[in-house]
Formats: sequence, C-alpha cells, structure tokens
Amino acid sequence: MLVIREVIEMDEDALLVLKDLRKWYKIKKGMFGGTEFVRAVDGVSFSLRRGEAISLVGESGSGKTTLGRTILGLEHPTGGKIFFEGRDITEMKPKDMAWYRRQTGFVQQDPFGALPPFMTVMRILEEPLIINKIEKKERRERIYKALSEVRLTPVEDYLKKYPHMLSGGQQQRLVIARAIILNPKLIIADEPVSMLDASVRIEILTLLRELQRRHNLSIIYITHDLSTTRYFSEWIYVMYAGKIIEKGLTGELLKNPLHPYTKSLLQAIPDPDAKNRFVIREIPPGEPPSLVNPPSGCRFHPRCIYAKRGLCNVKEPPEFEVEKDHLVSCWLYADSEE
Amino acid sequence: MSGVFLEVKDLYMYYRTTMGSLKAVDGVSFSLDRGETLALIGESGCGKSSLAKSLIRLLPRNVEVFRGHIYLDGEDLMEMDEDQFRRTVQWQRISMVAQAALNSLNPVIRVGEQVAEPLIVHKGISKEEALKKAREAFSLVGIPDAFIDRYPFELSGGMRQRAIIAMALIMNPEIIILDEPTSALDVLTQANIMNLLKKIKAESSISFILITHDVGLSSELADKIAVMYAGQIVELNDAEGFYSSPLHPYSQKLMASVPTLRMDRTPEYIPGSPISLINPPEGCRFADRCQHKMPVCSKDPPLVHLGEERFVKCWLYAK
Repeated sequence: MLVIREVIEMDEDALLVLKDLRKWYKIKKGMFGGTEFVRAVDGVSFSLRRGEAISLVGESGSGKTTLGRTILGLEHPTGGKIFFEGRDITEMKPKDMAWYRRQTGFVQQDPFGALPPFMTVMRILEEPLIINKIEKKERRERIYKALSEVRLTPVEDYLKKYPHMLSGGQQQRLVIARAIILNPKLIIADEPVSMLDASVRIEILTLLRELQRRHNLSIIYITHDLSTTRYFSEWIYVMYAGKIIEKGLTGELLKNPLHPYTKSLLQAIPDPDAKNRFVIREIPPGEPPSLVNPPSGCRFHPRCIYAKRGLCNVKEPPEFEVEKDHLVSCWLYADSEE
Repeated sequence: MSGVFLEVKDLYMYYRTTMGSLKAVDGVSFSLDRGETLALIGESGCGKSSLAKSLIRLLPRNVEVFRGHIYLDGEDLMEMDEDQFRRTVQWQRISMVAQAALNSLNPVIRVGEQVAEPLIVHKGISKEEALKKAREAFSLVGIPDAFIDRYPFELSGGMRQRAIIAMALIMNPEIIILDEPTSALDVLTQANIMNLLKKIKAESSISFILITHDVGLSSELADKIAVMYAGQIVELNDAEGFYSSPLHPYSQKLMASVPTLRMDRTPEYIPGSPISLINPPEGCRFADRCQHKMPVCSKDPPLVHLGEERFVKCWLYAK
C-alpha cells in the first residue's frame, strides 16, 4: 500500500515554500546536435518554518549550491515556484525583489573572496545600508550592533581594518554580520565553514545557531559534511543528483537513515577511533551521475546494492512517509505505512 | 621488518620573511617503523606541511635554516647534498601525494604516460616497460585498464586521485607522505580512497606519514599520532591512547572540537588563535589558550616521555 504525502501543505508558520522547483542550465551539444540541459535542481519541494534550520546535505554536483542560489533569487528558476511569506518570488517585479533581498542574507564558502579587499570593515557593512537608504545615524548604530552580535569586539578595533587583516574565522564573522545587518528572516549559508580550521568551524556554527535562536531566523545550512549538521539544525535534507531523496528531523535521520545513499554517507564518515584503521568501509562504487543524462528511474540505482531491476531503473520513486516527519524517496519503503 | 626505520631528530626549518624568520619547524623529533603510519595533525599554519616538505626536501628558496638529522635506515639524509638526495632519495625512497594534487596532473599528457614517467627519467627503463609497470600500478589502485590512455580531464576526481597515488607508488618507495590526500574529494570518494590506502598498507611494508587537520580522518590510517602546534610536536602517542585519552591540553581541546556522528556530545571550540611563528614567545606556545596555565608555563616545557613511543611537551606531566 502506498502512502504518498501531499508534497506541500501550506503551513501557517511556513516562511519559505518550494514547489517542484527546477533549475536547468542550457548547454549546446556539438554543431548540429540540439540543446541539452544540466538539470542542477530537478523538482525540489519543501517548506521551511520560521526560526528553523535545515541542513541541506549533498556531495559536489548534487545541486545544493544551485538550489541555494535559486532561492536567493540569484538564479531564475526553470520551473516550479518559490513562496516567501506566501508571496510568489518567481513572478516578482524588480521593485519587490529589492524587498525580498532585504529579507534574505547570504553567507558564502570563501569569506575572503566574498569581501571586497579594498573596503574597510566599516565600509563593507555600510554598503547595504546605503543602498537601502538608511540614515547615517542609524547606519552607525546598526553596524555597531551587527559587529557586537558576531563578537567582533571591541567594535572600534575592527571598523578601520581591511579584510586581509582579519583571520579566516573573523572574516567569516564579518560576512555573517553583513548578512544580518538588514534584519533578514532567512539566511542561506553555503558551506560557511569548509575553508576554516576544525576548531574555528564549531565557533562559527555556534554563532549562527545563537543568531538563529535570538532573532527567530530561518537558516538553510548547505554542507557536504554530515557530522557538523547534528548540533546546528532541526532538519536534515539529503540531496542527490538534483533531488532531495530523504528528509528527516536531525536526530532521527542520523540514528535511523533510510535511503541507501544516506546510509552510505553516514557509513563513510569516521568518528575518531583507533579501531577505524582495521575496518574496510562498505562504500558504493562509482561517482554521482551526470546531470545532463541522469539515470532513468531512481537516480541512485546504478550504485545501489538494493536496486530492483524493472522497478528502480524504470520508475522514479515518490516520497514515502515512513514515519512521521521522516520521508524518503526509495522503492524499498513502498510498503511501509504511516 | 622491525626496528626504527625513519628517525627525525631535532629538525629545524625556518623561512626568511620580510618580518623576520618564520619558525615553521622548530625542533621536531619522532620515529617511524617500517609498515607503520604516523598521522601528523594540527591546525593550518602549525608547520605540518613544512615538516613534510623538509623530509622530502621540496623546499622553497627562502629557507633560512634547515638543520637536524633525518636518519633513514641508519643513514643521515641531512648529510647528503642536493644532487645525491635527488638521485637516490627524493621520489624514490620517499615519495609524496601533495595537497591539491588533483590539479597536479599535466592536462595534455595521457595519465598512463605521466605515471610511467618517473621510471623512464630516474631508472632509465624503456617506455614500453614503464607503461607495463604503470598498468600494474593502476590495477593496484583500482583504475580500469582502459584509462591508461586517457587524459586527466576524462577522469573523475576520485580516479585522478588514484592515478596520483599510483604515481607515488610506482618507484616502490619505502615512505609515502600523504598531505591532505582527500581534502578536495567528496565524502564517499574519500572513503573509497581511504579503503584503498588501508589495503596498500596491509599488503605492503610501506610507511606512511599522513598529514591532515581532520582528526576523524586521521584515525582511518594512523598507528601513531603526532600533534603539531606552532612548529613543534606537542604530543606523540599511539592510536589506542590518543583517540581515547589524548595527553596534551591542546590535543584534548582539538579532540573536543571534532563534531561526531555517533557520540553524543556537543563539540567545543578552542578560544583564541595560534601564536605567530615569527618570534614565538619563550615558554609553552599554547599557554595563552590553555585552561591549565601555570606560572611555570612561561618556561619552555620539557618533552616528558611516557613509555618508549609516547611523549608530551607539557609541564603538567613533568615531575
């Protein structure tokens, strides 16, 4: 018996709702061959509540960064809808897009690349305030507040500095300060700590978590590293080849992963243990598929040890709700009931 | 098979900079047996890559100080001149998989030829013979035979990394230095490469030096661990001891900062940042970030040996 959950229920608390979102990039194939598409994001639906954080986990090429950029309005979707506070972002006029941009903040992977090297900390933070026509006196207040929030204090010591004078962790805190300075409701953090040292990573993630709670922010934390998701998000969504294949509450998903891909991701990550060196891990062979010609049926089937011929390679699995709030797109769970 | 194979003693390597000399490797000693793997862990800028470069002597021009002893099978490599070292040791007895190695393949030469090249250059073997050897190396690292004629861009990241490991293996080295060998790879590809390295380790007597900032990853291969902080090894420990109860306060903090999937504890960060390696203060270099700081920490802490293969550079353990 199939239990397929209605993809989106319009939740009262929902800040952001995605409906069957697609982002395909057009590529030319040879001189006479027609056009083909890279299906970077291929049918993603979910809703994000106010004050909640989602970890969007996937390997490189899974489409997680494109999904983040499309949500931010930096890419125009090929299909599907994005609703923010019930308003359709995909059909918005430029004037309203300016409003939407104020509601969202972006924290990139490489803080140094994200900061203009010739501007001081003061100038970097002032820029978005000037663009949004905020008065000089208030600008100063907001800059002080943002820098204190990310603990670049005493503020006076930092205002005149240039990005290269800051450590990697401090640079990333500055990027976060810039992301929150217009009091957004949604922050998208794309691999915010992958270029930082282990000890600094935790510091930055802890800071994001504090800001989330203090300001009731919604956060989409994009990462390839499952081990950092545990303490920093309510939900984990696992992405593979342009699709979200499993969604669950963080603790539940880590304890009881359902999708064979999620299972091997968890299996692949070592916790420090002297016994690890004697263990050969069971890892699916191969690499993530091409997004130009993704495999038919379930996109993971060529690498999956459970793949059933005639089913998994033919028909795309729908989303099954195996337990409350734990959904998986895999035929193994076709018979599970709610 | 047994006995100390590599012994590094009081190794110093300073860079000349406009700000003064940068003490990247500042009095490092450790030893390694045949077939054993040492993981060198620490934060970026602690000198771990500089130590690796000192061992295989791939040093930049601005080296100011380079002294100490590196005994390989009893012979002090530091006594060798550049030419002798290059002819007999570099890439032949000690080889390396460098950081960001994915970009180190030449894009216009077939991978098979690139892997075979060191044999032709260093050993004067004919091209056919060398390609045959390359084929053997490819099968050892799990690259399909057909890939030997392909160009690097035709290979996935994981396959390229395997080719680079094949290249490090082809001269039959006794020591392979792995400098962040999987940092650019995806989680599953990384696990596959670690599986491969475990297999090579089990089936050969090659010694590995694994350099990484990832404590979890280090436990995939390490028989023993050297923790580096500000140019010095502050703890040397065996895997069993280190992963269950690290000795040095820095190691303890480092371990506590590791996010874990299975253990239920909130990771903590280490407050403060490492000191500059230009004019580091006398005394313990970690003192300012250490919760156990005592007055005596302003003096250089001794190496306290706790058993044959374990030491810690910390006043807490000094009698």
